[in-house]
Amino acid sequence: MTHQPPIAMLAELTHRCPLSCPYCSNPVEMARQEQELSTEDWVRVFREAAELGVLQLHLSGGEPATRRDLTDLVKAARDAGLYTNLITSGIGLTERRLRELDEAGLDHIQLSLQGTTPEMADEIGGYKGGYARKMQVAGWIKEIGFPLTLNAVLHRRNLHQLPRALEMAQEMGARRIEVATVQFHGWALQNRDALMPTREQAKEASRLVAEARVALKGKLVIDYVPADYHSDYPKRCMGGWGTTGLNIAPDGVVLPCHAAQTIPHLEFWSVSDHALGDIWQNNPAFNAYRGTDWMSEPCTSCDRKLKDFGGCRCQAMALAGDASVTDPVCKKSPHHPDLAARADAHAASDAALVYRSAPGKAQTEPAE
Amino acid sequence: MEGADIPCLPRGVRLHHDKVRDAWVLLAPERAVRLDPIGHAILSRVDGTASFDQITADLAATYNAPQEQIAGDAAGFLNALRERLFLEVA
Repeated sequence: MTHQPPIAMLAELTHRCPLSCPYCSNPVEMARQEQELSTEDWVRVFREAAELGVLQLHLSGGEPATRRDLTDLVKAARDAGLYTNLITSGIGLTERRLRELDEAGLDHIQLSLQGTTPEMADEIGGYKGGYARKMQVAGWIKEIGFPLTLNAVLHRRNLHQLPRALEMAQEMGARRIEVATVQFHGWALQNRDALMPTREQAKEASRLVAEARVALKGKLVIDYVPADYHSDYPKRCMGGWGTTGLNIAPDGVVLPCHAAQTIPHLEFWSVSDHALGDIWQNNPAFNAYRGTDWMSEPCTSCDRKLKDFGGCRCQAMALAGDASVTDPVCKKSPHHPDLAARADAHAASDAALVYRSAPGKAQTEPAE
Repeated sequence: MEGADIPCLPRGVRLHHDKVRDAWVLLAPERAVRLDPIGHAILSRVDGTASFDQITADLAATYNAPQEQIAGDAAGFLNALRERLFLEVA
């Protein structure tokens, strides 16, 4: 059986990053610099991706600007025919570098926002002066005219800043904003006490987004990721396992999603040993949760099963201890009442942030 | 969309021929919109200089159909793209 080709590929060029956001989606076990794919490897992988059917390439990390060959990689991606998007915190980008990226054909930039004030942003990012630097980069992006999406990552500590984030997106000349409530994978799983929104905050965010979508119609497109521990139904994660997108880790391991390596019985293949198309079609890990054959009740008989594919496999693993059961976010899951209670308990905690550490280094202690 | 409006694709939005699926797509920030032959016929005439009237007159001549009917369909299609900020009007 041949599987439909992927549309999007996320290339995690590196796990290195000047910031240490406590909700980083990188795995807790990170790839070190010496394990990262070389320029030539990435160029080959971009060509293989285009031949496979990938249209959209997201260059991410860590901080992709940490890679000195970023401009060459953008050029190679455009030469391969890919729509090329840079997902960045802005730290490490100079005006000169941005102009080189423009010259190389970079299509779009997604700039992350840790907070709408220097105090909030620098505390969350764990990097003093980061906000000021980001605002400078946003100014250059606007001047050069790159299409921009502002990606505001929100949680209990900064959800009150959502209205200001919507204003900032417009001031920066962004055509899109992603209002992304933290998803609890990777480092965020260790920070549920520190970051879990309250039920009221989650509700208020949904109300503000609905209102802003009407008020800003034709001016700003709003993509919204709601707080899923407080939801009744799970997300259609990655558009469905192995249907739409794939991720490549810095060391060349190919994954169906960011967090897939938290499912212990799956074995993932690397672009160093296999062609990308071979991995997409034949790696048993990609086939493990494709379609609906792997499902059990309550998914099997559910009329939403082709809508959300039972939700997130990694979340089922993390919260229910079994990647093949219904995502506990779903109100039909037997684990849902427990999850709802835990969400409220996390939201009522006053725990300190646990910052992400650097690749190859021990985890840092919680900040004061 | 008025007759004198000049539609254009903003920076970051472009037509692309998808060889693997043998279809035209509109590539935009973090989105790929698959185009049917009519959508492609309309967008391939959006060049930042042709007015909406000129575009629909050209389509009417090419497809031997009443311009009024084509204008209705094309306006619906282009307005939907405009709402998503995939299209601008000069």
